[in-house]
Amino acid sequence: MNSPAATYKIRIRPNESWLHFDWAALWQYRDLLVLLVQRDFTAKYQQTVLGPIWFIINPLINAVVFTILFSRIIGIPTDGVPPILFYLGGQLAWNYFSNVLGSTGNSLAGNAGIFSKVYFPRLIPPLAMCGSSLIAFLIQLVVFLAFWLYYLVFMPAGAAFHLGWSLALLPLLVIQTAAVGLGVGLILSAITAKYRDLQQLTGYLLQIWMYATPVIYPLSRIPERWRWLDNLNPMASIVEHTKLILLGVGSVTFAGQAVSLLISAGTLAFGIVLYQRMARTFVDTV
Amino acid sequence: MSQPIITARGVSKRYQLGQIGMTSFRDELERLTGRFRRGRKIPSAPAGEFWALKDVAFDIMPGEIVGIIGRNGAGKSTLLKILSRITEPTTGEITLHGRVGSLLEVGTGFHPDLSGRQNIFLNGAILGMSRAEVSAKFDEIVAFAEIDQFIDTPVKRYSSGMYVRLAFAIAAHLEPEILIIDEVLAVGDAAFQRKCLGKMESVSRLDGRTVLFVSHNMAAVSQLTNRAVVLKAGQVQFAGPTSQAIDRYVEEFETHLVQSYATGPMPRKWPGTGHARIEQLSFLKATPIFESNADIEFDLELSVSRPIEKLRISMTVFAADGSAVGGSFGIDVDCAGAANDRINWRVRLPRPTLAPGRYHLDLAAGQGDFTGDRQEYDVVTDVLYFEVLPPKSSGGHLARWESGWGHLILPSLQCEPI
Repeated sequence: MNSPAATYKIRIRPNESWLHFDWAALWQYRDLLVLLVQRDFTAKYQQTVLGPIWFIINPLINAVVFTILFSRIIGIPTDGVPPILFYLGGQLAWNYFSNVLGSTGNSLAGNAGIFSKVYFPRLIPPLAMCGSSLIAFLIQLVVFLAFWLYYLVFMPAGAAFHLGWSLALLPLLVIQTAAVGLGVGLILSAITAKYRDLQQLTGYLLQIWMYATPVIYPLSRIPERWRWLDNLNPMASIVEHTKLILLGVGSVTFAGQAVSLLISAGTLAFGIVLYQRMARTFVDTV
Repeated sequence: MSQPIITARGVSKRYQLGQIGMTSFRDELERLTGRFRRGRKIPSAPAGEFWALKDVAFDIMPGEIVGIIGRNGAGKSTLLKILSRITEPTTGEITLHGRVGSLLEVGTGFHPDLSGRQNIFLNGAILGMSRAEVSAKFDEIVAFAEIDQFIDTPVKRYSSGMYVRLAFAIAAHLEPEILIIDEVLAVGDAAFQRKCLGKMESVSRLDGRTVLFVSHNMAAVSQLTNRAVVLKAGQVQFAGPTSQAIDRYVEEFETHLVQSYATGPMPRKWPGTGHARIEQLSFLKATPIFESNADIEFDLELSVSRPIEKLRISMTVFAADGSAVGGSFGIDVDCAGAANDRINWRVRLPRPTLAPGRYHLDLAAGQGDFTGDRQEYDVVTDVLYFEVLPPKSSGGHLARWESGWGHLILPSLQCEPI
């Protein structure tokens, strides 16, 4: 009884600093994080016929539609890469991003019931969403690699691409993707906690953002003088970078990458601060 | 032991009236644009604030079991929410020297699609237990909840009783230094409630944990706690030994019990013949709180609109939860009541031996009773609220009557050797 009293000391008071953040508590609740990831993933396909296969079907259907629509009918070039590979590769990072943003964008209002009954670090549920979306990402990566192998073995002529050491950079890009998605998701959570009608915004935001990102077209199609605009969109550089790593095509500049990293980190930091600020007294307004 | 485990100083919580509830962005825009458009004034949210807690201060020592009592709206829930870190105070500071486990609801975060086993781990983690801690207690929790066969069944297929038992079992095995329990014990069956109370008591006695217990059930508070804090309108009215605290609380309750009822203008649920009308009811006591072995007495005034020959009064006693406890019929009394007469009677229900709790009456004036022809002139419902105190034990403290034992204390059993 003496030792815990010495170990734990919790101070509750009106928080004076916007930047105060309890990292230790986050670590203390790591088991909850893992369990929430599991819960979210199993709950998603509990009572579905195909279960986790849906994570494969969705991007595949998209890739086929994109191939027919943009490649065959409209004729947007794919930098010499087989269209299906191009679209699968382009969707990898984008789908992860849109899953993270979509599932974290309503973290406060969506968890109001549980947040008003028990305390745990409010960042845990959105972090868990990043984790459970990662499982979907990995499944999609495997599908992509299967197609990639097929093209490598059966159509060596079309395979001007190779997997190199740069593959080691992929996890870093995934982390950056999670950072941007989570950052924007947390900002949206803070806003929708107060203005519930803005939840509608998330869908449109994602749709417009996708067209502003080289998912279905190569960045090289953007005129040179507008290219700098895409530097402001961290997802543009991430998607382009993934394509470069996996398909060997893509335009990536060092400066662009640096700006994109800075913007990603800034978005995440701003999101965390805003979210934490809102979470502290959020239950009073439910 | 000299250092308090919980210290609260100057804790206040302000709620902004009119801002409770989420606004929509449109409302806000309208309010903004309204400011610029001349001639049109859109009223902003009604200004005003409400202090749910005001300058609350107390110390709690390690190992104490402390009750927090007060009427609805006294600030108990707000205080619990601040202590559990669900929301933060507007001013003031609380220091806690230990981990806090709070139980404001059972089964928070249960996922219907997951099995009992998965939910034990998930709920345990939500309540602050590590996976290792839950694993170590897993068998104990399952045994306590009495659900071993169904441990791998999704909880959505559980009966509500099993669901609550499982949720309780997890909570009862929490091992933080400070345990905060809201009125969650109100659910579940009586036998299981007793089991949980026993478990919590032993947790505190054996392991020296600190427990904060909020309840309306004075009997449970007096059984479990040795010290209590009485909250009134957001302020600490009293902090000290539980028996004194309960006295203060009961005094407080008294001022809210009404001594007399003008029943004339009250709406009627049951139509009467209209020969007479119950106009006024009033307890003889200034405060309708009765000892468990006392008579319930009140005065009644009746206005007669058509001549009646006989009059009798009957009543049904209802418990606070709305269930009927029992009924009683008086006998017909000859009374040549002429029109426009007023009749005043004193009514006494001799020693109903009601269990401790709150009751109210439905009252009827008529003639005849349940054994024969019966006629009601007038019936009034939901009147004459009163409270019955727990019997005092020989030691002078309040006895405990379990809610599962019913609303009546029946006559003492008579047993003799044969």
